[in-house]
Amino acid sequence: MKKYTYTEKKDTRSGFGAGLLEAGKKNPEVVALCADLVGSLKMEAFIKEFPERFFQIGIAEANMIGIAAGLTIGGKIPFTGTFANFSTGRVYDQIRQSVAYSNKNVKICASHAGLTLGEDGATHQILEDIGLMKMLPGMTVINTCDYNQTKAATIAIAEHEGPVYLRFGRPVIPVFTDPDQKFEIGKAWMVNEGTDVTIVATGHMVWKAIEAGEKLAELGIDAEIINIHTIKPLDEEAILKSVKKTGSVVTCEEHNKFGGLGESVARLLSTEFPAPQEFVAVNDSFGESGTPDQLMTKYGLDTVNIVEAVQKVIKRVKK
Amino acid sequence: MKHTINELEDIAFQVRRDIVRMVHGCQSGHPGGSLGCADFMTALYFEVMNHSNDFKMDGKGEDIFFLSNGHISPVFYSVLARSGYFDVSELATFRKLNSRLQGHPTTHEHLPGIRIASGSLGQGMSVAIGAAQAKKLNNDKSIVFSLHGDGELQEGQNWEAIMYAPFNKVDNLISTIDYNGQQIDGPTEKVLSLESLQAKFEAFGWHVITSNGNDMDEIVKALHYAKSLTGKGKPILNLMSTIMGNGVDFMMGSHKWHGVAPNDEQLATALGQLTSTLKDY
Repeated sequence: MKKYTYTEKKDTRSGFGAGLLEAGKKNPEVVALCADLVGSLKMEAFIKEFPERFFQIGIAEANMIGIAAGLTIGGKIPFTGTFANFSTGRVYDQIRQSVAYSNKNVKICASHAGLTLGEDGATHQILEDIGLMKMLPGMTVINTCDYNQTKAATIAIAEHEGPVYLRFGRPVIPVFTDPDQKFEIGKAWMVNEGTDVTIVATGHMVWKAIEAGEKLAELGIDAEIINIHTIKPLDEEAILKSVKKTGSVVTCEEHNKFGGLGESVARLLSTEFPAPQEFVAVNDSFGESGTPDQLMTKYGLDTVNIVEAVQKVIKRVKK
Repeated sequence: MKHTINELEDIAFQVRRDIVRMVHGCQSGHPGGSLGCADFMTALYFEVMNHSNDFKMDGKGEDIFFLSNGHISPVFYSVLARSGYFDVSELATFRKLNSRLQGHPTTHEHLPGIRIASGSLGQGMSVAIGAAQAKKLNNDKSIVFSLHGDGELQEGQNWEAIMYAPFNKVDNLISTIDYNGQQIDGPTEKVLSLESLQAKFEAFGWHVITSNGNDMDEIVKALHYAKSLTGKGKPILNLMSTIMGNGVDFMMGSHKWHGVAPNDEQLATALGQLTSTLKDY
């Protein structure tokens, strides 16, 4: 097992804030919009540097999506910012008609995704957003795993023509990816090469997959770990190549098991290379109030859940 | 004036012929609101808007228009074709398989002149505001126009946009409400009354003007006046009274022709009331 260490913990939303500032410096067409959550989305640095390129919309997410679509018509590259719930479910039809169907170059940037939003509870913890967004034709869907990857992804989507959903989170988590990485949309990251099982993880679950890989190594199981940051378009080649080698897969995501990364992987495997799969995901449930760690434990998204899923899936492989 | 009022009225006659023929041709679509807005759309595209002659679609350096109530696509398509955005023969493909003239306007089929999809109601004002703010950032002095149904104002997103535009001094935007008092289920005052739209928009900080959208001379004057009000710190609202179905007597003033196509006999009657001025497609 390749050794991963970290010296600090940071929130992925701060990676977004840093990436947005960088993207704004690189391209004068980059503009930002926010629906009354500037501090939560870490947009202050961009606003300070480019006040005329920032639009405070107020608590009016539908209007924000529409204005963003309109801004593209004058050549702007708008980044909208609010919580993941208000970025997707609340404005689904606005995204569908004015952004996706109209093929507008809008970047929908969504913080506080999943259970790790914590104490605010289920009204604010969306676990369905990946499913909602990947269903839209032409929509790119990205869920990043740490500060550095989020920053790099934010810069990369500014250079990508077309609508993008970028999902990140609230809590501080280990920073373990390369600070100078080049983020390639749709390209899987090989975290650890192994032979016994494939673990496919996205977002906050990537670090937990690394921890699980270390525990599995102690148990004599050599896990291949792949980070799928781009859920759509899916790096089908990387997943197929790995599962053909290992024979089974565990998918890990902070999302409902319906509609998420796991289902995308299952769809691929069922048509190309049927193989046993286990899902580490929320079991068709809403969340609740609690600390992020408590919630990840209660809803089965811990390191131990990945280890158990691997042990289970390996037994299902026909010898 | 690019055209005399008589010339504009003649074009509007042809637009109305196009509308009833298009809707008849596919036996679906929305003739009522389309006919009611034929004069406004003709005035806009043939007289008031400074739109590019090479019909580039980047939206820069020219006045641009957004149709929020996308179901009146027949009048939009007719005016675009008659302005030269695409060949008038293509009007015959309206709502048919493999057409660029979808039931509701879309950019998806790359039809020149369409800048956003609309149809699901209430989204167009936000889009128009965004485009107007992009013009400001680009130091582009041209204007954004938009058209909305009155029943459409029952959608909440409009009021988010109506609140936003004056506060942010979006004064390069002229929004028009097609105030015909009709929606699918009946008169707006019976379905969900809009009460005083003028007072509502003024309370939100808009500069409101009123006009008769079925009098060519008046609508041209109203739109030129609206243009003179741009750049003064407030968005402009043109509260435009129209008669749904205007120009075809049996369709006039009733919600029953909101979304119904005429049969062969009704088409003949309608065309008998509408002089052919340009050539039919």
